[in-house]
Amino acid sequence: MSQGLIQGLAEKHIVANPPRRNFLKFAASVSATTAGGMVLSISMPALSQGKQTQSYDELEAGKNVLAPNAFIKIDTNGEVTMIMPKVEMGQGVYTSLPMLLAEELEVDVQTVKLEHAPPNDKLYGDAMLGAQVTGGSTSIRAMWDPLRQAGAVCRSLLVTAAAQKWKVDESTCQARSGVIYHEASGRKLGYGELVKVASALPVPTKVALKDPKDFKVIGTSAKRLDTPDKVNGLAKFGIDAHPDKVKFAVIATSPVFGGKLISVDDSRALKMPGVLQVVKVDNAVAVIGIHTWAAKRGLGALEIKWDEGKSTAVKTGDLIQDLRDASKKPGAVAKKEGNAASAFKKADKTLSVEYEQPFLAHATMEPMNCTVEVGASGCDIWVGTQIPTFAQGMAAKTLGIPVEKVRLHNFLIGGGFGRRLEFDGVVQAVKIAKQVKGPVKVIWTREEDIQHDMFRPYYFDRISAGLDAKGKPVSWSHRIVGSSIMARFAPPAVKNGVDPDAVEVSADPPYELPNLYVDYVRVEPRDVPTAFWRGVGPTRGTFVVESFIDELAALAKVDPVKYRLDLLNKTPRLKNALQIAASKSDWGKPLAKGKGRGVSVMHAFGSFLAMIVDITVNPQGEVKVDKVVCAVDCGLTVNPNTVLAQIEGGVIFGLSAVLYNEITIKNGRVEQTNFNDYRVMRINEAPVFDIHLIKSAEAPGGIGEPGTAAIGAALANAVFSATGKRIRKLPIGNQLQA
Amino acid sequence: MATLNINGTPHQVDAPDDMPLLWVIRDIIGLTGTKFGCGIAQCGACTVHIDGQAARSCVLPISAIGDKKITTIEAVGETSAGKSIQKAWLDLEVMQCGYCQSGQIMSACALLGQHPHPNDEQIDTAMAGNICRCGTYPRIRAAIKIAAKEGA
Repeated sequence: MSQGLIQGLAEKHIVANPPRRNFLKFAASVSATTAGGMVLSISMPALSQGKQTQSYDELEAGKNVLAPNAFIKIDTNGEVTMIMPKVEMGQGVYTSLPMLLAEELEVDVQTVKLEHAPPNDKLYGDAMLGAQVTGGSTSIRAMWDPLRQAGAVCRSLLVTAAAQKWKVDESTCQARSGVIYHEASGRKLGYGELVKVASALPVPTKVALKDPKDFKVIGTSAKRLDTPDKVNGLAKFGIDAHPDKVKFAVIATSPVFGGKLISVDDSRALKMPGVLQVVKVDNAVAVIGIHTWAAKRGLGALEIKWDEGKSTAVKTGDLIQDLRDASKKPGAVAKKEGNAASAFKKADKTLSVEYEQPFLAHATMEPMNCTVEVGASGCDIWVGTQIPTFAQGMAAKTLGIPVEKVRLHNFLIGGGFGRRLEFDGVVQAVKIAKQVKGPVKVIWTREEDIQHDMFRPYYFDRISAGLDAKGKPVSWSHRIVGSSIMARFAPPAVKNGVDPDAVEVSADPPYELPNLYVDYVRVEPRDVPTAFWRGVGPTRGTFVVESFIDELAALAKVDPVKYRLDLLNKTPRLKNALQIAASKSDWGKPLAKGKGRGVSVMHAFGSFLAMIVDITVNPQGEVKVDKVVCAVDCGLTVNPNTVLAQIEGGVIFGLSAVLYNEITIKNGRVEQTNFNDYRVMRINEAPVFDIHLIKSAEAPGGIGEPGTAAIGAALANAVFSATGKRIRKLPIGNQLQA
Repeated sequence: MATLNINGTPHQVDAPDDMPLLWVIRDIIGLTGTKFGCGIAQCGACTVHIDGQAARSCVLPISAIGDKKITTIEAVGETSAGKSIQKAWLDLEVMQCGYCQSGQIMSACALLGQHPHPNDEQIDTAMAGNICRCGTYPRIRAAIKIAAKEGA
């Protein structure tokens, strides 16, 4: 996922906020493309020079607080508060981002207090995504310079303030652990004591940053700041918002995609104890109760008539046939180098195959929920969201009120994975709350959450290659067929019919391929809504490219690691990662019967990963993942322990999908309902890990998604190694069962 | 009116007999550390202790509890097993999003109550009912072993 999301949302959905629109104009020109998303070149408005108090609109000007930019507040007690431009959904940014700030500010990161930022693209948008969005493994990449700069600017103000007080040269003053020292005279002043003087100083535009060799915080496994409250129940997620006199709502949405509500008989429900009200919105009904249980029982007592619309007979097979049919026509060209067609004709050996990847639900542990109060003074929203400004803008649009009248209170997120990049749940809750007096908490049941998710699209890929006499690929043609999430989310990002997310990795494989042709055919799955899912384009692209290269290695009768290494010379960091993973694993050692070992490599999100996975396939055809060896080059590492955690978690998230998960549709409705039939990996099924972080001085890469993106093909290739069967359709499910 | 003994305090609650304990704890008492995940005892996010045993509060009607002692995540740190589990969880940085972790910790504490030095199979049995979408399982396993060691 890339910046395009921003322009798209702004232009398509949001009308109410002039400052944001101005800001987004900058986002209109894409200046550079890198693997893992396009990067925009714009300045950080939050750090533009000027009077200090213009940068944070909630700040009480000059009143005992030093706030030279939107991210920092220091009070006269020396307490440092960081206002978080990104949201915490488990990926560790509530620690790694404060580390960036603390490094330059010269404070102990463990003492930094954190606040969720209010919605404000101008202050908290970033240069990669162009708005206040958390996603695409961009947080560290986007905030790496701005937050270090923010910390350095603040530190320089404190140094200047101390030097002025002492009437000494600034160069004789040092900042350490929240104190400015003047060694020569033995004097010192805490940051709190300098707040008043420092807050009156002009803010420098730019301050020199530390040489990485002097880092004291960055590169350490600093303890997480968000976890102490996660072991005792005190951490607050959106679902835990409990405004005074809150009511509770449970909803039923049209079971058939595209269906509409005809009528509701609520006479029985309204007689039930604790049921307060029944509310209709678009394609859903909500029962409001004094608690969730009353609302849930009330919902069960409703007699609802749906107009099921035109999709009542739709099944997954129809949607796959749509893709298959469309795959026979040429698509929009995403990459053309050399002449793949003529090279194919001249090839010594050829291979043409199809890959399919299913619809997937996000199934975040925290089900969709949103608490809203609509009153005379505007609207309050309590929700954990990856897109606070878009959610705020859509609420304003829904209510027809100015965006300033919508107060959005963000929370910790109990799993995002892309689901909370969408505002459907917020808009729905606002429409419900508009009809209810006082605050109302809308919680989706797990069944609603799974059946009315916005799904990772079904993808159908045709891919073919020709090998020369030595087995090297001289021709490579790849057609990707599926939904364009970008076309809905960020239309301007789609150029000449090519969705950059849908073809990511596929259009830019890491291998030397002299004749390369990649095209994309957009086919929407009728009424089924689609959305980003952890690992986005690289998850689906890597599965196909890395499965297929493995097939070519087998066709060429070359070891799969050696085959890749020979073709990776243009991507040396990936080649290095693969060499390390191979040397740390048992690659090349013989396997017992029923055992398999598979490899895959991935370059996206600015990071480079190689993965080798060991599995056991039992006689019943069930796969047990034994061990995952991974070598990671994600550039300069901010918090190594967080990187390890993201690889472990990202892999396990990916394993659930590759082994078990698919959303299927029958009679126009989702067949799966809950964790009993949408199976998630459990502790007894999880592999052991051996992860190797490669030291690097390169710019930091993203790490929230690469593990998920890399594991699929490694596992499928291990299945081939164990059984001789190629997995060309996910999930593996019961394909290996006799 | 039912009286529920939650974290050592009696609570008079006006709730129907069939109301699951989860919603009483969250919506009526206002203790939000216990989480809703699935509503059908498939994910373990709602795990509490009833007289020290792990129970899924999303399917436990309050009429089935009587005067048994209910412990939630907010009070489990007052027990020695709870304290050592919480410490191990933090020492190993088990948590990511943290939403499922109240339930994970409650299940782990109940496990240590039953098996102070659990082997891998006992860990699997006790913890397989708790889903974590962030995939913190390897660290959960390691943290349980550390807590067991320190509690020895």
